[in-house]
Amino acid sequence: MDVLKRVPVREQDAKVRATNFEEVCYGYNKEEAVEEAARCINCKNAKCIEGCPVAINIPGFVSKVKDGDIEAAYEVLSAASALPAVCGRVCPQETQCECRCIRGIKGDPVSIGKLERFVADYALENNLVPKKPEKTNGHKIAVIGSGPAGLTCAGELAKMGYLVTVFEALHELGGVLVYGIPEFRLPKEAVVRKEIEKVKDLGVEFETNVVIGRSVTIDQLIEDEGYEAVFVGSGAGLPMFMGIPGETASGVFSANEYLTRSNLMKAFDPEYDTPIAAGKKVAVVGGGNVAMDAARTALRLGAEVHIVYRRSEAELPARVEEVHHAKEEGIIFNLLTNPTEILVGEDGWVRGMTCVKMELGEPDASGRRRPVVIDGSEFEIEVDTVIMALGTSPNPLIASTTKGLETNKWGCIVADESTGITKKTGVFAGGDAVSGAATVILAMGAGKAAARSIDDYVNNK
Amino acid sequence: MYRIHKAKELADKIFLMEVEAPRVAKRCYPGQFVIVKIDEKGERIPLTICDYDREKGLVTIVIQTIGASTQRMNSLKTGDEFRDFVGPLGNPSEFIFEDIEELKKKKYLFVGGGLGTAPVYPQVKWLKEHGIDADVIVGAKTKDLIILEEEMKKVAGNYYPCTDDGSYGFAGLVTAKIEELAAQGKHYDVCVAIGPMIMMKFACLTTKKLGIPTIVSMNPTMVDGTGMCGACRLHVGEEVKFACVDGPEFDGHLINFDEAMKRQRMYATQEGKALLKLQEGDTHHGGCGVCAG
Repeated sequence: MDVLKRVPVREQDAKVRATNFEEVCYGYNKEEAVEEAARCINCKNAKCIEGCPVAINIPGFVSKVKDGDIEAAYEVLSAASALPAVCGRVCPQETQCECRCIRGIKGDPVSIGKLERFVADYALENNLVPKKPEKTNGHKIAVIGSGPAGLTCAGELAKMGYLVTVFEALHELGGVLVYGIPEFRLPKEAVVRKEIEKVKDLGVEFETNVVIGRSVTIDQLIEDEGYEAVFVGSGAGLPMFMGIPGETASGVFSANEYLTRSNLMKAFDPEYDTPIAAGKKVAVVGGGNVAMDAARTALRLGAEVHIVYRRSEAELPARVEEVHHAKEEGIIFNLLTNPTEILVGEDGWVRGMTCVKMELGEPDASGRRRPVVIDGSEFEIEVDTVIMALGTSPNPLIASTTKGLETNKWGCIVADESTGITKKTGVFAGGDAVSGAATVILAMGAGKAAARSIDDYVNNK
Repeated sequence: MYRIHKAKELADKIFLMEVEAPRVAKRCYPGQFVIVKIDEKGERIPLTICDYDREKGLVTIVIQTIGASTQRMNSLKTGDEFRDFVGPLGNPSEFIFEDIEELKKKKYLFVGGGLGTAPVYPQVKWLKEHGIDADVIVGAKTKDLIILEEEMKKVAGNYYPCTDDGSYGFAGLVTAKIEELAAQGKHYDVCVAIGPMIMMKFACLTTKKLGIPTIVSMNPTMVDGTGMCGACRLHVGEEVKFACVDGPEFDGHLINFDEAMKRQRMYATQEGKALLKLQEGDTHHGGCGVCAG
């Protein structure tokens, strides 16, 4: 075995998986995991830890895997992360921990994400439970949103002995993990639900179907229901549209709607009542992970799928692995292309899109080269469905119903990034509700930081 | 789980249910809606609130069978449970926030078409409780489909039932009744029209001609009901709004009803398919014009 190369991970064949919703990646078995773990040189000053938003002791758990002691590895992992089976699947390790790995200088970095997934899956299969506090401290904390930020904050607070209740607006727990990320990337029953069970095992209570700002406000939670502090981890749920003509035609969807119908409501399964208009020829506008998820979902529902993105491949914001998987499965990429109008038939349905060709000009504020329209390049493409995957912003409902909670011009709650402290005493916030749409692991990092701040706040009250 | 305190059939395929949902009952107002999901596999169905009892923690909804989920819902009995019941969603009717003395100076005309009578009821009731008598037109295809008549009579000023087939009350459409009242010299400052989109469209055309500002309650397709999916977006004048968070009530004279009706039919065939599957199972083999088979 070449020590410079990582142990390859087994995947479902691209042709087969393009027609089903089963998980793409099979993950390591124990033998493969132990072999891969042996590549870690256990750096004294481990750079990988610095790259992890929740500061997992990476060489610590990897060395336990190397020893074959998976239970001990899980103990190290679960001390830092509430959702390791999720993170092992959806974290962008290549830009966080793995890119800092010393092994990466002369070869492949250690496959930290796949090792994390192996240990976490082992814990789910063998019912290993994180350590629960011996007794509670009697302080009530409310957490709004059961996505990655809320679950992490709740789990951390429960470990410290707090009585935590998580309020979720939807009928299922998990936030973006259940409505946004598809089954083939993150299995709901086998992984998400089980991992949330572990947060329940820590003593956290959950209440679904509560829309904060409507069913009850933050002020009412504090004044009427006795919560001493509130963490807002309500995410960035509001979809953006382009504002071009034809966007309200039948057959135009936000990626949120398309994915929610398929993931949360399981419209892909005929046993469920919720319908989905799958489309025969689908254009997904956007180049992020959500665009890839929507495209790969439409493909599995039987459509020919085009990604329409205004910059070039190098600027695609999606993870390289997701782009690679999408291409393997047969998604067609129309790059340097931007829609200017959605064409609508007499029946009100989409019949095509007018697009323009783009070229890359000078770098813009984000440092990426700005796409510029090529004059006279207008052309039409024929599609029956358009999915807009242009990003999301936070829902204004919470901020607009909470006195003293400030938001910025993008509608994000103003909060200190390292502590989650907002402009309103006793209210903390983190994750996409503060940063705008970002990653699962950054939201978890924010949830963890806020838990420490809430503990300080309650102790010094 | 949310227990059904009382279920009763109001008319063919229309059921009223009082549901135990204390959080919703405590905070809801006329004009708002809830989303109800029968079980694990059910659809999220948005329903405008018909009544509420804050003390008992009950919320009343009225359900009409349209697709597979609503058909299953209407088989539920007193004592059965809904898996999910979330709300209140959307904004309350605007008059709730108006100065009551100013409000007393205004003459309201409510127009409820079919199932739309259910969301009209709590608005008329709220006004009655605040000393304001509003006139109410209720329209249905035939006498047997008029719902909540006794309840409505108790809270309405003048009550005008209409039937398309002339089997009861005024013979004709609600729009003809609006015109008749106007011709009789009745003055209205505000009209609130709630019912099928086609009825709201024509009610708005009529009131626009008569110069009566009109509010409608939009009921487009929704998934989450909290602003997340955007399925319910519609044109209000030049602007695109989400019915769930910006509405559900809008200035009816600004709504693009033709577009909204086309969007509402997006899943019509699929809902019909699911319903047929439920009703006829494997015995159905196409040819009905609904299932596309």
